[in-house]
Formats: sequence, C-alpha cells, structure tokens
Amino acid sequence: MPIKNQIKQSLIIAFWFMILTFPIMVIKVNTIRHTIDFRWANFLWVGIVTFFASMIWNYFLRRNEEQKKTDIADDIPLIHKLLQNDRFRRPFLGLVAAFFIAYPFVFPMYHTSIMISALVYVMLGLGLNIVVGLAGLLDLGYVAFYAVGAYAYALLNLHFGLSFWVVLPMSAFLGTLFGVLLGYPVLRLRGDYLAIVTLGFGEIIRIVLENWDDFSNGPRGIGDIPAPSFFGHQFGQHDAMIYMYFIVIGLVLMTIFFVHRLEHSKIGRAWIALRDDEIACQAMGIDKFKTKLTAFALGATWAAMGGVVFAAKTSFINPMSFTIWESITILCVVVIGGMGSAIGVIAGALVLILLPEYLRAVAEYRMLVFGALQVIVMVFKPDGLIKSVRKVYTFKAREE
Amino acid sequence: MRWISIGLGLAVTGVIGFFAVRELLIDPLYFFELFLGGLTRGSIYALIALGYTMVYGIIQLINFAHGEIYMIGAMTALIVASVLGLWGWNTAVIAILAFVFAIVYSCAYGFTVEKIAYKPLRHAPRLSALISAIGMSLFLQNYVMLAQTPEYLPFRTLIPDFHFWEPYAHIITSVELTIIITTVIVMILLGILIKFTRIGKAMRATAQDKVMAALLGINVNNVISATFVVGSATAAIGGVLIACHVGQINFFIGFLAGLKAFIAAVLGGIGSIPGAVLGSLVLGISESYFTGYFWSEYEDVFAFSILVLILIFRPSGILGKHDAQKV
Amino acid sequence: MKSLFKVIAVAVFSMIVFAAPGFAADTVKVASAGVISGDLAPYGISALRGAEIAVEDLNAKGGILGKKIELLVGDDVCKPEVAVNIATKLVSDGAQMIVGHVCSGATIAANKIYKDANLLIASAASTSDALTFTGEHPNFFRTIANDGAQAILMTDFVKNELKAKKVALIHDKGDYGKGQMELVRDNFEKMGGVEIVLFEGVTTGAVDYSAIVQKIKRSDAEVTMWGGYHSDASKIVQLLEKKRVDTTFFGADGIIGDNFTNLAGKYAEGVYATGPNDTSGNALYQELSEKHQKKYGEDPGTFFHNGYACMQALAAAAEKAGSLDYDAMRAAMFEITVDSPLGPIGFDEKGDVVGAGFSVYKVIDGKYQQVN
Repeated sequence: MPIKNQIKQSLIIAFWFMILTFPIMVIKVNTIRHTIDFRWANFLWVGIVTFFASMIWNYFLRRNEEQKKTDIADDIPLIHKLLQNDRFRRPFLGLVAAFFIAYPFVFPMYHTSIMISALVYVMLGLGLNIVVGLAGLLDLGYVAFYAVGAYAYALLNLHFGLSFWVVLPMSAFLGTLFGVLLGYPVLRLRGDYLAIVTLGFGEIIRIVLENWDDFSNGPRGIGDIPAPSFFGHQFGQHDAMIYMYFIVIGLVLMTIFFVHRLEHSKIGRAWIALRDDEIACQAMGIDKFKTKLTAFALGATWAAMGGVVFAAKTSFINPMSFTIWESITILCVVVIGGMGSAIGVIAGALVLILLPEYLRAVAEYRMLVFGALQVIVMVFKPDGLIKSVRKVYTFKAREE
Repeated sequence: MRWISIGLGLAVTGVIGFFAVRELLIDPLYFFELFLGGLTRGSIYALIALGYTMVYGIIQLINFAHGEIYMIGAMTALIVASVLGLWGWNTAVIAILAFVFAIVYSCAYGFTVEKIAYKPLRHAPRLSALISAIGMSLFLQNYVMLAQTPEYLPFRTLIPDFHFWEPYAHIITSVELTIIITTVIVMILLGILIKFTRIGKAMRATAQDKVMAALLGINVNNVISATFVVGSATAAIGGVLIACHVGQINFFIGFLAGLKAFIAAVLGGIGSIPGAVLGSLVLGISESYFTGYFWSEYEDVFAFSILVLILIFRPSGILGKHDAQKV
Repeated sequence: MKSLFKVIAVAVFSMIVFAAPGFAADTVKVASAGVISGDLAPYGISALRGAEIAVEDLNAKGGILGKKIELLVGDDVCKPEVAVNIATKLVSDGAQMIVGHVCSGATIAANKIYKDANLLIASAASTSDALTFTGEHPNFFRTIANDGAQAILMTDFVKNELKAKKVALIHDKGDYGKGQMELVRDNFEKMGGVEIVLFEGVTTGAVDYSAIVQKIKRSDAEVTMWGGYHSDASKIVQLLEKKRVDTTFFGADGIIGDNFTNLAGKYAEGVYATGPNDTSGNALYQELSEKHQKKYGEDPGTFFHNGYACMQALAAAAEKAGSLDYDAMRAAMFEITVDSPLGPIGFDEKGDVVGAGFSVYKVIDGKYQQVN
C-alpha cells in the first residue's frame, strides 16, 4: 500500500478513536459536586497517539503477513536452534546455571523474593502445561490444587507441627488425589464446558475455605507459617529467603526433568495425540479417559507442591490469594510462553511475573500496559514467545 | 447410565418439589417474592449472556472483554446523563439519550475490540484469542479507572419509582419490572433478527460453517462484526438497567457480572440463544431460592454445583446441540 | 558465536552493576504501601493521597530532621503474598519508615519483613485486632481505632439506645467485614437479651441482593448490622428501602463518610454507623479536604485523613527522637501528641491510637451526624 493511503487510513483510525474515547477520556463529571470538566488536551493526545500507534501496528501486521508467505520452513525459535547446537549448548547452560546460582548473592533481597515467586509460577506453569499444552484440556480452576497444597501445609503445620519437608510429598499426593476426584466426573466434557466446570471447582474450593471457619480460619487466614528448616535449623529472614530460593530452584529442575521425560514417554505422546485428534487417537486404541485423567492428576500434583512453597514463602495465606485471577495468570503464563513448550513456559513465567514487578516504575499504568502487552504478544506471536518444537522420530531400519 | 440419570433426576425433582410445595404453603408471599427476585436476577444475567453466547456461537471465543463492554455502556450512560442533567434537560429526554448513547458507544467499543484483538487471531490457536481477550479486559478496566476514577460513582436511576402501587410496591420495584419487560422485548427482537433478517440468516450460516458461508457470498468478516455489535448492544442495555437497579458503578463491575453471565450461557448450552436465556433464568431463580431458604454464603457454590450436575448429565448444556465431534 | 557469548556476558554483568542499590543519604525515604489497583483501589488510593499531601506539607516546612522526604509507593493489590514482595522491595529500596498497608491480611504478612528490618509502620486502615493484641507486631501503629472497640460501641448502642430485640448480622465474607460481625455476635452473646436472627455473608459486587433483603424482611429483624464496605452497603440499603423493609441499617467504619451518603443518596437517610470521632470541624481537616480537591479534582476518600495522620505521626516521632533509629523512634511514638486532621492523637502501649475514638453517627439530611 502506498504511504499516502497508509497515512489516510491511520488518520481515519485516529479520528475514530478520538470519537470513541470522547466520553470517557474527555468528559469528567463530578456527580457529587455537579461540575463538568472537559479535558480537551486528552482529546488531542488520543488522536496523536492512535495515529502513530496505528501506523506501527499496521506496519508490523503487514510484515507478519509477508513473513508467513516467505519462510514457512524455518520457524524454529532461536533458542531451540541454540540448544540443538552441541558446541553452544554447554557454555549456554553453564552460563544460565552460573547466573541462577549467583543471583541471590548479587541482587538485593527484593529481587530474590520476586524471583522465588516467578519460579513458583514456573512450576505451576509447567504443571498446567501438561494439562493445557500437552493434553489440550482447558483448565480454568487450576488454582484449586494450588490452594489445596498451600492449605495442606498451613493446616498440617498448625495442628500437627509437620515440617515443610514432610508436607511436600504429602501434598503432592493430596494434589494427585484431588485431581483424580475432581477430574473423574467431568473429564467427559469437552472444550469450554470443561473449562467452565473446572472454573467452578476452583471457586467452590475458595468459597468453602472462605466460609468454613472451623477448618480454615475463614477470610482471616492462617499466619506464622514457618519457612523450611535445614535439618532442624531455622534460618533468619535473609538466609531463609536464599535457602528458599535454592529449594525452589531444585524443585523447578526436578519439574523440568519430570515433565521432559513425561513428554517423550508413551503417556506423553498419547496426550499430544489426544490433543491433536481425539477420534483418531481412540481408534489407535488409546484409553481416552484414563489418559486425560493422568494429565489432569499430574498437573494437580505440581500445583499442590507449588502451593506448599507459596505458603512457606509468604508465611500467611488467606482465600484472597486463590481467586480465579490466579488461574487466569497461570494460563497466561502457559499460552504467552508458548503452549506445550517447556522453555516457552519458563520464559512466559519469568516475563509475566517479573514484568509487572519492574513495570512498577509506571505504577498506575502498570496493569494497563500489562493488558495491552498481552494483546500485542498474542496478535503478533499467537503461538507464544517461544513456540514448541515437535520432536521428530525417525525410523531406522535395522540392518540385517 | 441412562436409567441412573433418570432415577436421580426424578429423586431430586421429587425432593425439591416437596420442599417447594411445603414452603409455598407456609409463606406464599415470600415464595413469590423470591421468585420475582430470581426472575430479575436471571434477566440481568440473560442480557449479558446473550452477547457471550452469540460471539461464542460464531467464532468459538469466550469473549472475556464482554463484561467490560457492559461496564463501558453503563459508564457512558452515567456521563451522558450527568452532563445533560447539569444542562438542565428534561428527565425523560435524558433517560432516552443516555440509553441511546450507551448502546451506540458499546457497539463501537465491541466493534473496535474485535478488530484489534480478535480479527488478527482468526486463524491462530483458540487459546491465543482467549488470552488476547483477557488482556483486552484488563486494558479496558484500567483505561476507565485511569481516565475516570477508581471510586464507586452513584448512578441516579433513570427510571422513576412508582408510588401509585403503594401497598404492593414492595413486591416488585419499577426498575425490576423494567428489567424483566426489557429482557422479554430484547429476546423477541433478537429472535426476529436471527430468524428472519438477511444478516440473521448470514449469522446462522457463518456459525455453522464459515468456509461454506464465504463460498456462498457472505462476507464473513462483516457478519462477525455485526455479531459483536449486536452482542454489545444487549450488554449496554443490561449495563444501564443494572446500574439503575443497584444505583452505582465503577470500573470493576464488568468482571463479576460477566463471569456469572458466562456461567449462565454455558449452563443453557453455549452458542444457543434461547439456551442463554433459559440458563440465566434457571441460575437466577435457583440462586434466589437457595439464598432465601439456605445460606447465602454458599450461593455461588450452589450455582456452580448446579452447573456441574447439569453438565454431567447433559454435557452440552440444557439446550445445547450435542453434535458429533468434527474431525 | 563468540560475539554472541560476549554480548550475553556483558548483558549479565551490566545487570549486576545496575541492580546494585544506590543510596542517596540526603533524603528520608518513606514508603506508602497499600492496594492501589483492582476493586479495592479506592481505599488504598485515599490513604496514599493522604501520605502524598502530608509529604508535600512536611517538605514545605523543611522535611524530617532537615532532610527532604522522598515517597516510595508500593501496590499490594490487597494480597498477602504480593504484600511480602512489596515489603521486601521497599526495604531493599531503602525505605526508612512505612505508611501502610490497607488490608489487614496484607499488613500482617508484610510486617514480618518490616519487623525484621527494624522499621516502624503506621497504618491508616488496618483495623484487625490481631495487629495490636497479640504482641507480635511491636513496630506497628495505627491512626484508626481497632475493630474490638468499635464492636463494643455498636452492640451497646443497638441494645441500649435502639432497644432492639432482634438483629440480623450481614457481612461481605471478607476479613474485615466478617471479623467485625463475629466480634459483634460474640458481644451480643455475652450481653444477652438480643436475639441474633440472621448471620449471613453475601458475595461482594453481586448484581442483585434482593434475596437476602427478602430474608431480612422475613426474619423481622429490627436492626440490620453490616460488616463490609460502602458499595455493597449502598446496594442493600437501597433495596431495603425499595422493598419497604422496616429495619434500621447499622454499619461500621466501612460505610462511614461522604462516600456512602453520596452513593446511596436519599436511601442513606436514617442509616446508623460507627466511625472515627467527627473532626470535620477541625481546621486542618477542612484545609486538607480543599487541598485534595484542588490537587486531584475530587473529594477525599475514606482513609485520606488517616493516611495524613500516619505520616505526621512518623515525622513527629523522628523529630522527637532526633534520629531515625528504630528504638528511639519507637519510644518516641508513645510520647508524641500529633495535631492531626483527626484531632490531637497519640498511641497507647499496644500501638493503637488514642484520641481518635469512635462515635455513633446517623444520616440526617444526607449527612452523617453524631448522635451519642
């Protein structure tokens, strides 16, 4: 399109937005004092900003289109190419390892603290990735299992004095159990029906925790949850944070290992097959229901373990932390990172959880920018930041 | 399975029926008032759920930003009504103009949101569009919060209270009556639109098979835009009426109402317009009775339990088509 | 490949260098933390603005101990886990005293960090008893009275002045609202003579409360007591009136202030609420309200004046102690009397405010007026 037409189009768009945002951006009514404030400057700003934004937006949209036409074969993300290159893999992984080991000693405690949060989301993201990314089951109530884990630690510690290390495996088991219990009746449902039912379960668990005072102490929550101990030794605040950090790093590594192994196992391939084509999958003799249930329960396991870490880190939990928004955030981690791709999910968690923290510079506009970025990432990279790459299985004929 | 479900259904109906009759005999007025309350609530859900279900029916997208469209409708009405009120216009004119502006602006926002956040994603994975919708919802909420105010704003009702029914006015308020009547009218108009007009027929064709519809000369993009516009219009009507009902708005009202309406739409069978209305009424009325006779703390638990139960026995909702999966 | 390696190395190195905190010793850093986004944002923003204007005023007079005050802002979205992160951030950024948080749960969670860092914290809005009664938060002070004191006032008034026999207790299921109503319930049970006919929670932000209103009507409660915030209260009050339910609505400080009367309009008439002693006659109070109006173009929110008082109290303590040392400042907190917009206030040994007690108000002609 010639540049003249582009400008014309952007002018029209800018004008449309000026009209569109007029009542909300320009007029401000004080219904109490009965005064009207016309903010004409905003009117102008909207026009200017949307004009340039639409120019840039259209430019990138067109470029995206052209790229799609030209190179279809070569769309493996850079990071995957790097990791496949043997010469590069070792130094790269070494560098990453060095960075993460040095992290808590180099950066102030605040950065360690938010990094722990982000890493917990890596765990949750990888867990949900099994359910959504691999098995293709949209789960909007993932937070339920997270809550199960967190409350399991808080309550078992409160009543029986059980330590972090005892509760961690117990909660993993509890998570699986809840996954099976909740999954069993509803996994027959497809697509968005499943999504809304799981959302319902998530809300039910939260509301019960909110109202059943004798069990969960209601909205007042449970405080003074101890940080994990090191063979019976309790650290001070600062050391505990660093210790916690390494525990989470360990758990994340374990998660990555398990998920990676699962993905390429028989059951993992069954999930992917099921996601791609249910009917063909059944025809191949895969037990649809059992396969789905394993995915659901395994996802729940990681969520529950993440919950334990969360409770230990925050030291105070109440039902406010387990709203539907939490499920949505975890889902965003998976989808924005790149569904089905472990590296993508890790990147997604780090970006999505750390970004709002660093966006605090623009304090009030933080969530506005965050929402806009979500839209932008999805429009320009619909497969997520780092797309998943299918493993290619090659058939090698045995030599006779 | 079939006999179990029939048996269970009969047992549940029997128990509920028994209690319903008993309560009806003990305190008929209370029973009736709860019914009317539930009807109002259901109508409110229905007005929002219609937009959800139409959009879902045509592009299989859970339009998370729909609640925000509803909020913007109410906000626009508030702004227009306040400005005209300060200029001293006649109240009836204000009410009509506020409604008109709310509808027009909501439609414009619905149209724009679709063009920005969903159209480029038409061929992308479905979840990407969902996340884009969530992002849009966050953006719109914060946009209104920053441009206007985070505080709750009083919304003076545009519908006058009626006093001539005085001894019985407590049974149903004028706003509640308006909500119920409006829902019925909107339903009928929408039914006519979908059944008999050209665009309605195009919508149905597009919902069934986009490629086929395009081959037959239907401009699919225009049809999708039209769906968003119609859905947004009903949301705006809902927004203004609910704001009149509760007397206040702020930037966050869209989320909760949207969530409930979405549940109602799924309950009725998402994609089906009569389903959305039926689902909304079932949800509203049963919530009302549950709060009235049991504990309101667990109202939402009950709503979700109904949803789970109905979906277990009817996996595509009450009126949803149980179509075979396409390969 | 080599060059890429270099780029990464440089990037990592520079991140490390830039992330090292730089301390500028010529300002006193005060942090204001609370909820400033999401649905509870109005409460947090009102407290934050109080602190902002207080910082401006103090800086105009020369700051604290001759140094200008720099305000750091943290948003905890009312969630404990975010509050912990924010607290860690504020401490890392060099905050030397804290104004906040708003939600009690967030305050409790965050205070672990502040206590460890030896920082004083003054809250404008956290009213939970757990903060001052358990003794676990020695560094905590507040410019708003606690829930317990308020509950006693409410129950006494309902029993002795309103002479109610049957009351309905409704709350919003949140930690503030439900906690308040539980205290009220316990007090009534101790006193005897008043029957609690209904104790229920409602979902906050719901589109319709007609079912619970019908339920209140059926319970024949003479007084309906509300634990929660003003927006839901306004919806319920309107419906009570429209449904011609003959009951007196009685709330706590969550519904006090012009916010509620503006929102509920004519339906607010006759509503009772307990709230901080009326200080709107105070000259400073009026001056501040005008400043707020001028700066932000709207009337001050619920905790604006409390937030201002928090900042004043911390500054006064620092001046009195002559340093920013924790022990000296904490000791000074118990001795100071601050001429705040809430009137002259001080603090008792638990950290609760003295001088800013509670009174009962009734809405008469669209305004809250003190009745006891």
